[in-house]
Amino acid sequence: MPVQPPGANTAPKPAPPSDWDRVAANQEFKDLMAAKARFIVPATLFFIVYYFTLPILVGYAPRFMSTPVAGVLNLAYLFALSQFFMAWTMAWLYMRAAARFDAMGKKILATLAVDKAAADKETAKEKERS
Amino acid sequence: MPLIMFLVFIAITLVITYWAARRSSGASAYFAAGRRIKGWQNGIAVAGDYMSAASFLGIAGIIAFQGYDGFLYSVGWLVAYLTVLLVVAEPLRNAGKYTMADVLAYRLRPRPVRAMAALSTLTVSTFYMIAQMVGAGTLVALLLKGSGISYNWAVTIVGVLMVAYVVFGGMLATTWVQIVKAVLLIAGTILLSVLVLAHFDFSFNAFFTAITQVKDGDKVVNFLQPGLRYKPPYGALDLISLGLALIFGTAGLPHILVRFYTVPDARTARISVVWAMAIIGSFYIMTTFLGFGAATILGKGFISTHGGTNMSAPLLAQRLGGDIFFAFISSIAFATILAVVAGLTISASTSFAHDFYSNVIHHGQLASPQAEVRVARITAFVVGAVAITVAIVLGPTFNVAFLVALAFAVAASANLPVIVFSLFWKRFTTEGAVWGLATGLASSLALIAISPSIMGVDAPTVAAAARHLIQMKPVFPLENPGIVSIPLGFLGAYLGTMLSRVDADSEARFTELEVRAHTGLGSEKATAH
Repeated sequence: MPVQPPGANTAPKPAPPSDWDRVAANQEFKDLMAAKARFIVPATLFFIVYYFTLPILVGYAPRFMSTPVAGVLNLAYLFALSQFFMAWTMAWLYMRAAARFDAMGKKILATLAVDKAAADKETAKEKERS
Repeated sequence: MPLIMFLVFIAITLVITYWAARRSSGASAYFAAGRRIKGWQNGIAVAGDYMSAASFLGIAGIIAFQGYDGFLYSVGWLVAYLTVLLVVAEPLRNAGKYTMADVLAYRLRPRPVRAMAALSTLTVSTFYMIAQMVGAGTLVALLLKGSGISYNWAVTIVGVLMVAYVVFGGMLATTWVQIVKAVLLIAGTILLSVLVLAHFDFSFNAFFTAITQVKDGDKVVNFLQPGLRYKPPYGALDLISLGLALIFGTAGLPHILVRFYTVPDARTARISVVWAMAIIGSFYIMTTFLGFGAATILGKGFISTHGGTNMSAPLLAQRLGGDIFFAFISSIAFATILAVVAGLTISASTSFAHDFYSNVIHHGQLASPQAEVRVARITAFVVGAVAITVAIVLGPTFNVAFLVALAFAVAASANLPVIVFSLFWKRFTTEGAVWGLATGLASSLALIAISPSIMGVDAPTVAAAARHLIQMKPVFPLENPGIVSIPLGFLGAYLGTMLSRVDADSEARFTELEVRAHTGLGSEKATAH
């Protein structure tokens, strides 16, 4: 990890505050947050609407939901069953999206390491001059 | 026979505890298993922590008696994990250390928010644990009928074992107890499901046709049709309210949240949620076979005269697989309870030691992390003693179903709003967190107290133990308070924030929290051996 000196993995120290600001100001970080929001907000809204449609329909239209659609299986049971597959599909889609977020996160931390190295060189040079 | 299988399970778990006790040293090892649990292992452990006796025995019973409406619980219990996966697990792993309150204390004033969060954690854990303990006592006494083990002894044994796992083995032992239990539970459920299908000659058509023609006394009822449990005028609202508590409560259950601190990083936390979803989903789909199987093969009448709703799954096992299978399923039920109470004990004692003792009383200036571990161990003893005493005082006939509903309601109304606001709302303040936790907690408790779970007028013929605690017409018509208490929790957190001054410190730390939560910069690392 770029924020820690080598061999310090037993007792992690909080990174110096400048690191947070450096990352927060980084365009790549803003892109990551936007990319996450673009997936997570609609996905969350979708699953909440999809899920609550079930108790609302079952609660307020039990007759309609009792309609048999496949043999003896009614709409209520099939819709309930579909929730399981909706949840698993959503989890799979998120795993795929999250692999992208991981890559973006890694790049951000790499940029931070490069920036810091450059900044350190600057200070070292300045010291030499003075 | 069941007794032998119980003893085998106990022996296995004690070996695990011994092994874990020899390996683990240090606070991070004790509270978070050194953050070295693998993704799939933690996924199974999350499933083990989650699939309580309420789901294994309770759901089978509710479906067996009230058909389709019971299956709706199964659906909610899985879909709830999307909230955990999409919103909570990864930021929580990156931002925190041992408890849920770590995330709040990261940017807010630690003492007030930790004190409130510890109170809420202890409330959720205690209610959930008492429900499990009373259930355990009844169940063990029933399953081991004839072996001379009474309710009181059963409760005591369960209590002593859970304390032993937690005190000696810490999080590592608790994790492996969950894993063993989850594997057993899934194996038992698959076997039982196959036997149910075999009973119908592996014809889904015959199985589902039988479900539409269940004999209930001298009537024939379609058990696939909704409305057998949730009836007008308030049934629909109660159903929605239950859904809200499940979907938003799971992501606020302290014993589930602490599991994400046992893995090395956020990516592993995510992988473990997905593993948990695969296992939990498969299990709850199979409640179709357990519940409807009990309804069609055994019938309400038989179950009622042989131990009641909670015995549906074990009785079904006995009918289809004989006494040995009955013993196997019974010992799985026992393992299930034991693992869940152990998970609750460790999350409660971690919260007390880390949030309350170390950070509230000692301002986070404790001399050594070993002191924190010592306090957690003492707390586990106290929690165990209190749980045993309360379960014995309440007695085997106490109706515990509402305690589980209450635990989910508190988690959804108090914990989730403040977790979400801490992670995603820059303006959020300490006052907001305290008010959110307080309103969510108080409104859930108050609404349950005036709900049909506590209030009701019983006929004089009803046995004393089964009577409502308050003999009056319920003031609040729903069994599940979520539909009112969750918005109140969010509102409390919102108003508390808006009515307090802008907290520049909290906003500055928010930037830090955001970077840390979403990139893992500076997050807690796994410890070396």
